[in-house]
Amino acid sequence: MTSTNLTARNLVDMAEGEISREIFVNAEIYEQEKERIFSRAWLYIGHESQIENPGDYFVSKMGEESVILTRDFAGKIHVFLNSCAHRGMRVCRYDEGNTSAFRCPYHAWTYKTDGTLVGVQDYDNAYQPPFDKSEWGLVEVPQMANYMGTIWATWDENAPPFEEYLGEATVAFDHGFCAWDGSDAGTELLGSTQKWRVPCNWKFIAENFSGDWLHGVSHRSVDLIRLGPSGEVGRRDDFGQLVVNGFPEGHGILYSLYPNKQERTEYAMSPETSEYFQHCWERRLKKLGDKAGTCPLVGTIFPNMSFHAQQPRTLLVSHPTGTNETEMWRTYFVDKSAPESVKQFLREYYMRYSGPAGMTEQDDMENWNYASEASRGMIARRRPYHYKAGLGVGSPHSELPGVVTEQPITSEQNPRFFYKRWADYMDLGSWDELRDAKSVRFWERAS
Amino acid sequence: MTQTALSAERLAYLDLLREVEDFFHHEADLLDEREYDQWLDLLTDDIVYWMPMRKNVSYKNRDQDITAEDDIAWFHDDKETLVKRVRQIQTGVHWADEPISRISHLITNIRLADSVTSLDEGETMVTKCRFLVYRNRLETETDFLIGRREDTLQRVQGELRVARRKIILDQSVLLAKNLTMFF
Ligand code: FES
Ligand SMILES: [Fe+2]
Repeated sequence: MTSTNLTARNLVDMAEGEISREIFVNAEIYEQEKERIFSRAWLYIGHESQIENPGDYFVSKMGEESVILTRDFAGKIHVFLNSCAHRGMRVCRYDEGNTSAFRCPYHAWTYKTDGTLVGVQDYDNAYQPPFDKSEWGLVEVPQMANYMGTIWATWDENAPPFEEYLGEATVAFDHGFCAWDGSDAGTELLGSTQKWRVPCNWKFIAENFSGDWLHGVSHRSVDLIRLGPSGEVGRRDDFGQLVVNGFPEGHGILYSLYPNKQERTEYAMSPETSEYFQHCWERRLKKLGDKAGTCPLVGTIFPNMSFHAQQPRTLLVSHPTGTNETEMWRTYFVDKSAPESVKQFLREYYMRYSGPAGMTEQDDMENWNYASEASRGMIARRRPYHYKAGLGVGSPHSELPGVVTEQPITSEQNPRFFYKRWADYMDLGSWDELRDAKSVRFWERAS
Repeated sequence: MTQTALSAERLAYLDLLREVEDFFHHEADLLDEREYDQWLDLLTDDIVYWMPMRKNVSYKNRDQDITAEDDIAWFHDDKETLVKRVRQIQTGVHWADEPISRISHLITNIRLADSVTSLDEGETMVTKCRFLVYRNRLETETDFLIGRREDTLQRVQGELRVARRKIILDQSVLLAKNLTMFF
């Protein structure tokens, strides 16, 4: 970063677990994030199933900017900046659909679904000598990855390959996105994306899902009214012991370790779902043995993609739209092979849990909103935020990925790891430096 | 001065329309005065309370600008879930609506969708209206949520009840941070 007093590493004190409020409220830092974080990191774009057929497209975002996820007529997936090469008009203005070409509404430049410019108004007469159309296609991301059906992209050609970027968190991703019985039958999206604006800095949301287990009181109201799918006390069913796993790449996962017993009693409100779940659990036990009950609950892949892998099962992207505003995009998923009645029950449970009308998520957004708001003042900014829970406790684990802190110790290590990595991105110019920054027993400084 | 006598049929229609208007205005009062338990009594036990999402689509695909009933929605509740929403507010620790918000429901453009003139016990009919739901909370936080509603009303023990409510909000990206209110 440019000005010395705003050097990111001075704002993120890992040894003390203190983080300056400036990083959440300062407009200059937000502008820097667009370049240092959102133009470099791998970002979640969408799901393969949203663009199954040639010509299918789905309009998504990378940071503040609109992008088009599409499949060309050779079957190849692309991610393009949604801005005309001629004079910037948003080329695609429908949320999704199928098309043979993207035709700009401003001066009619036309692009094939592989991004090449094929139509220019009055090309033969107006351009003497003619310009080379192949140099004026849609701007395409230099790197894209398809991981278990999830599509990711980065604007940085030097960024490491996606799997290296995920690091050890790959395992958590695998655990979270396989079918519930542990098989490769896989998961599918339940349909459309919820999109809504929340007046808070995007990092409140990302750090929350990296594993902020101290924020349970936010959800006291849904715990009291028994929102969980068994109708028992709580907003979810019992998920065993909690463990936080932090990763040097900035990712954070909250794992649950469920005991290896045969009977599961979840989803009692829906007999079909309960039965399906028990059936899957038996297969999962056979397949994974001791590891069957080891499953991520929530997690954040740096910087702004989060997921819930159990109750509910959902993907979230926190697209920044300003220092103090975020557009949340949430999609939901289920096992492909689940019966229709189970999918329907889960869909309804997911919607009453998450999203803007979700009884659980509503309270999160209120807290993020007014924490952002109450941190903006001149006096408020002088005091750092406090992230000291479990300081110095985490360590590598023989069976679980990343740096681990187990219950009964409560830890804010995952937000600490997230902000340490955030500071690396903000301060370090090259991927070599970024690689070095995470390799040297980082948890000793960060946990 | 000549007076045009209203036909009996026309009178019956106006009487029913007026009953529907009264019903919706009463419902709005109950919600805005936070008489949630009385409001719940106006809903049938098998109510479907559904607010689909909206999409940016072409004129050609205009029939697809509302998400389908088996898709993800903003709300897709049964009575049990609506009761839970009320109970949540009543806990006093539902931070999203604590301190309580100020809410006004304006219900206008009320019409009977079918050309009915009476509604007998157990029968249903479809009505259409527009809503403007205004929410203001804490100091400056303000939302205007505007759209249409299609309600199926049923005659139960002589009274009107809501058996199905489809709420069509005129926003694609929801500009309110959450939906703690009823429509
Ligand atoms: S801006 Fe697209 S054709 Fe001119
Ligand atoms: Fe939460």
